[in-house]
Amino acid sequence: MTNKVAIAEGLFTWPSDNPALLGSRCQVCGIAEFPQKLSCPACGSQDVKVEALPRRGKLWSWTIQSFMPKKPYHTDETPETFRPYGVGYIELPGAVCVESRLYENTAEKLEIGMEMELVVDTLRHDEDGNEVVCFSFKAA
Amino acid sequence: MDVAIVGIGIHPFGRTPERSGLQQGSYAARMALKDAGVEWKDMQFGFGGSVSAGSADALVNELGLTGLPFINVNNGCATGGSSLISAYNAIKSGEYDIGMVAGFDKHDRGAFNADPKQMGIGMWYGETGLMMTTQFFAMKIQRYMSQYSISRNSLAKVAEKAFKNGAKNPNAWRREEISAEEITNAPMVSDPLTKFMFCAPGEGGISLILCRADKAKQYTDKPIILKGAAFRSRRYGSFEVFAPSQALEQVDGPTVDASKAAFAMAGVEPKDIDVLQLQDTESGAEIMHMAENGFCEHGEQEALIQAGETHINGKLPINTDGGCLASGEPIGATGLRQVYETCLQLRGEAGDRQVPNDPKLGYTHVYGAPGISAVTILERQD
Repeated sequence: MTNKVAIAEGLFTWPSDNPALLGSRCQVCGIAEFPQKLSCPACGSQDVKVEALPRRGKLWSWTIQSFMPKKPYHTDETPETFRPYGVGYIELPGAVCVESRLYENTAEKLEIGMEMELVVDTLRHDEDGNEVVCFSFKAA
Repeated sequence: MDVAIVGIGIHPFGRTPERSGLQQGSYAARMALKDAGVEWKDMQFGFGGSVSAGSADALVNELGLTGLPFINVNNGCATGGSSLISAYNAIKSGEYDIGMVAGFDKHDRGAFNADPKQMGIGMWYGETGLMMTTQFFAMKIQRYMSQYSISRNSLAKVAEKAFKNGAKNPNAWRREEISAEEITNAPMVSDPLTKFMFCAPGEGGISLILCRADKAKQYTDKPIILKGAAFRSRRYGSFEVFAPSQALEQVDGPTVDASKAAFAMAGVEPKDIDVLQLQDTESGAEIMHMAENGFCEHGEQEALIQAGETHINGKLPINTDGGCLASGEPIGATGLRQVYETCLQLRGEAGDRQVPNDPKLGYTHVYGAPGISAVTILERQD
């Protein structure tokens, strides 16, 4: 069985059977931010605490990335095998609106306001044969 | 102390393989000096910027080593606007009488590939394919269209107008008209925006000579007064490019803030403006920026565009030189191109694309990553 490693430390709970994004919440003004930061983007306070963000939310807006981005884009794909992917913002209630790749990649399957849920999936393989995993959202 | 623009110069936009970005900048600078009837040694200061074509202050190697202070400005798509505002403040302070603003660039082909580290974002953001300006603009207009009933046909009509105006502009890059139908049916880049609805990174150069307004008539019969100039960055809660997350509650963006500040400085209102240049990184941006800059209510764009009011002979002529869509986007020069075009229009020297009815007040607006905006209001001094 291959090893699954997170694309970045502290982005989401990993390893986990029920992963969640990790944000920071300002203890002064209550604003949540993703990814976690050392200070609050609204008031500048350094009194922030890390918390797991809700795993479900509503689609705020979306698009489809139709061409393969230049570097630093880094997957196993080549220009020949590239598959368009969805991109959207998901409103996580009581927390923050996060940007994410979407599992759905055609306009017909996406609509503002639809329910989405977090999944963690393979983005690429590294030189040691590990699966590098990242978060995305898919229709709930 | 009012500040006037007394000289303007441009190097044609598009692709010029035989000239470096710096040489294009120097070409525009010499043209601006000639336009004002002054020499490089008369310049008391310079502000300038380029993002991909080296340091703007290397211009002194081309134009002559006179010892003047030349300050490099690097502010993304608002680089030109920021240079102009810096020069404006330098003259307004009383420290200087006359100086130069310069902006030029030369980008590689294809979409920009921004570096997450430069924006303080983790590499994962770029590696997973989220660090794309095109996605931001697509998602902003996608939501805007559903909120305010803007049609896909209006997106196409904005681009159609840009190429129509560009065809009349000898300094534009795209000089062939393209029909709304062809624009709509072109390959989708980032839904709802097709290939012809996006501007492309390009090349070009602009230079302006600014001086104390009370001395302007020494240099030109048609000084253009900088009535208002404002620059703003984003506040918490505005939806901006390169944002891994954003607030649940939205506030007005930097365009709205900069626009209000510039109108307050100038003591005029949107209805007083005769000709305007709005950042049209893509079709949707022009539509949204019409309302963000106060020229209509949200949603009114649909009727204005369908009625042709944003064309050169309409009530609200927008991007009369073809904008970014027809001129391309050399980042360091873009904001200054808008000012160059506005000066031409106010002087009555815009040729085939001249706005009728003797325009007196003009407006320019740029927007850039990671959430900044610069606005100017220009008036012809008779």
